[in-house]
Amino acid sequence: MEVAVENMPWGVMVILLPLAGALVCFLWPRRSVPLGLLGALGVVACVTGLCWQVVEQGAQRYTVGGWGAPLGIDLYADGLSLLMLMMTAVVGLGISIYSSGYFEHKTAVVFWPLWLFLWTALNALLLSADIFNLYVTLELLGLSAVALVALAGGADALTAAMRYLLVGLLGSLCYLLGVALLYHSFGSVDIAILAERMELSPAVWAAVGLMSAGLLLKTALFPLHFWLPPAHASAPVPVSALLSALVVMASFYILLRLWLEVFPPGAAAAGQLLGLLGATAVLWGGIQALRQTRLKLLIAYSTVAQMGYLFLAFPLGTSFAWKGALYLLLSHAMAKAAMFMAAGNILRFGGHDRIADLDRVAQRLPLTLAAFSLAGISIMGLPPSGGFIGKWMLLDAAFYRGQWWWALILIMGGLLTAAYVFKVVGYAFTQAEVTHEASRVPAGMEWTALVLALAAVLLGLFAPWPLALLDIGFPFSGGCAE
Amino acid sequence: MSVTDRSRLALVFRRVLMLLLLGLAGGLAYAVLSLPDQAVGLSDRVRANMETSGVSNPVTAVLLNFRGYDTLLEMAVLLVALLGVWSLGSAAVYRRSNPEPVLLSLVGVLVPMLLLMAGYLLWVGADAPGGAFQAGSVLAAAGILMLLACKRPPVQLLGWSLRLVLVLGLGAFIAVGVSLLSASGMFLQYPPGLAGALILFIEAAATLSIGVTLAALFLGGRLDPDA
Amino acid sequence: MNSILLYALAGVGLFTLGLYALIVHAHLLRKILAINVMGSGVFLVLVSLGGRTPGASPDPVPHAMVITGIVVAVSATALALALMLRVQAKTGQTLLPEERLE
Repeated sequence: MEVAVENMPWGVMVILLPLAGALVCFLWPRRSVPLGLLGALGVVACVTGLCWQVVEQGAQRYTVGGWGAPLGIDLYADGLSLLMLMMTAVVGLGISIYSSGYFEHKTAVVFWPLWLFLWTALNALLLSADIFNLYVTLELLGLSAVALVALAGGADALTAAMRYLLVGLLGSLCYLLGVALLYHSFGSVDIAILAERMELSPAVWAAVGLMSAGLLLKTALFPLHFWLPPAHASAPVPVSALLSALVVMASFYILLRLWLEVFPPGAAAAGQLLGLLGATAVLWGGIQALRQTRLKLLIAYSTVAQMGYLFLAFPLGTSFAWKGALYLLLSHAMAKAAMFMAAGNILRFGGHDRIADLDRVAQRLPLTLAAFSLAGISIMGLPPSGGFIGKWMLLDAAFYRGQWWWALILIMGGLLTAAYVFKVVGYAFTQAEVTHEASRVPAGMEWTALVLALAAVLLGLFAPWPLALLDIGFPFSGGCAE
Repeated sequence: MSVTDRSRLALVFRRVLMLLLLGLAGGLAYAVLSLPDQAVGLSDRVRANMETSGVSNPVTAVLLNFRGYDTLLEMAVLLVALLGVWSLGSAAVYRRSNPEPVLLSLVGVLVPMLLLMAGYLLWVGADAPGGAFQAGSVLAAAGILMLLACKRPPVQLLGWSLRLVLVLGLGAFIAVGVSLLSASGMFLQYPPGLAGALILFIEAAATLSIGVTLAALFLGGRLDPDA
Repeated sequence: MNSILLYALAGVGLFTLGLYALIVHAHLLRKILAINVMGSGVFLVLVSLGGRTPGASPDPVPHAMVITGIVVAVSATALALALMLRVQAKTGQTLLPEERLE
């Protein structure tokens, strides 16, 4: 049977491969590390295949079961979902390699199936074009994330996991009630069909309000961010990396789809409010990060701040602003994962992550500190990093729309970020009062951190291609065009 | 802040919260009341496609055929929950106390009946309310009854065989989907003649998996073979 | 008002009641029960409004969605309960740190 490479169902394979990998790792725990790594490589290959397919043939719509919407469930791959998938694949591969060196065997056999299930949930979420299917993927994502946080085992991690679970369930239930109202208003749960049939009515306002509230809770926008710092800081290091880089991205992606495709009028209405909350998140997160004494908590608060930037695109509304926010998301994923991995290396090296006691880490772990600094450059938004491109585009959109106050927030946020990044780097050069026994850090762990940080910086140099990718399928043509 | 100040603040907070939530409830109620009295939804489309779906119960058709992909993901959710529970710790050690004689005799009567009922629910799911999840729940109830009567499964079954049974439902679903992919072109696209048989096959594997997963969830922890 | 709307409004009521209990009560078991009540409310809204079809039989798609939702809710509750027991084992209390009295 002749199957051309570009006609293979890459979208379905992207979802089924990590799922099959998870089941296989569950059945053969002794071999979970090699099987897991193989699975990770396989997913990267499938995502590359899908990328080729979308670039050659345009946005792809796949009807699972052959029925097609509104009766069946559709998978939809356009430029936006493809870019997010590629980001997930790259960061996912990095996390897989890092984890193979990080976990001892007893925890590794539990980690790998859960991590592969989480990756399945992410891929399924990014490709789904059905709001009820999105609910199921959100729940799969949430439950595997909670189980992964609880792997750390201490009282901190367990209470953080419990809070994360309750918050996640609350968000999902609000989202589901919104789905119920939308289905009963229009008779379909497919995004494209809802966009066609959309009419403003009290039920629609209620639905979008509920769904947005649930998703904002999951994306940890100020003031709904309270659950994030303890969960991201007390989880095992690879889990912190995947939470900050990938999991918070997923709910933002759904929010974006909803507001861009299903309900464009809403973006205009609540744009200023979301922008205000985003601005508060940037400032509050930055200030809190500066106050932290422990490295992982600092990085977690930095995530809260960075998530705030994304919401500055809502009041601006131009396609340039959306692309800037997404580019920021992309570089943040690489940079934040690199930062957490660097923190993990420091933790493994010294046995603690107190910032004030970072004993000459710069000299003894040069690769790790280089990774941290490069990641910091992207998060600060200095050229030539991906973070700079994203912030530049948001600044440009702010001045184009005459809403210069967001530019002020972007600059102040950048200053706060610089302050806390330099604080850490500064302590890394100094000798601590209490020296300690140094443990060896596996080379794989150091190099993955460095490569991801380099990727964040390279995103700044090679910006045109990912930005052009975002245009496939024209997801940004709804709402205000530029 | 003294204790009385704090409790007064808590009371104010509760009152404000109650008012806000009453507002929310009112808004949602208004939204619900504003929906039209009659709405077809997807019932027409489901009815139109029932002949090719392979079953005659519309809910089973939606669950296993039209929206089977949702069911596949949902079975993954069940397994992830079990993995999470297992990662948290071992199941409480059962004291080999003498279970009550009433319970023991009831178990002897109820468990076979429950097994029979599970089989029936699985079979009848194609034409009447029933199916994999319903049958799986009844199977799990039988398992829980046995656990309550301190009858644990033999140690040899607790290792790899247990994992295999847990994975069976999801595995069968994926296997069927992928083979249909290579046969007719779409993932989970059942050929109309084989649809009924394939659905029954998937549901049978799923019933077993769901029953064992729910019973294992009831135990609340890892089943260590040496415990 | 007809019975469909009664069930739907009951669902809305359960959702709000559950939300209140989730925020106000400190004990973890009560929070988990509150989530379950909220879930039941959402399922009630989903299923009851599916009965608005002109014919005798209701819309089967919301029924299937609720079956999926119930399985997801059961899985989440199981994980939450196991987590709660571990929190109690480690910290001695079934409360989140911010709810504890000094």
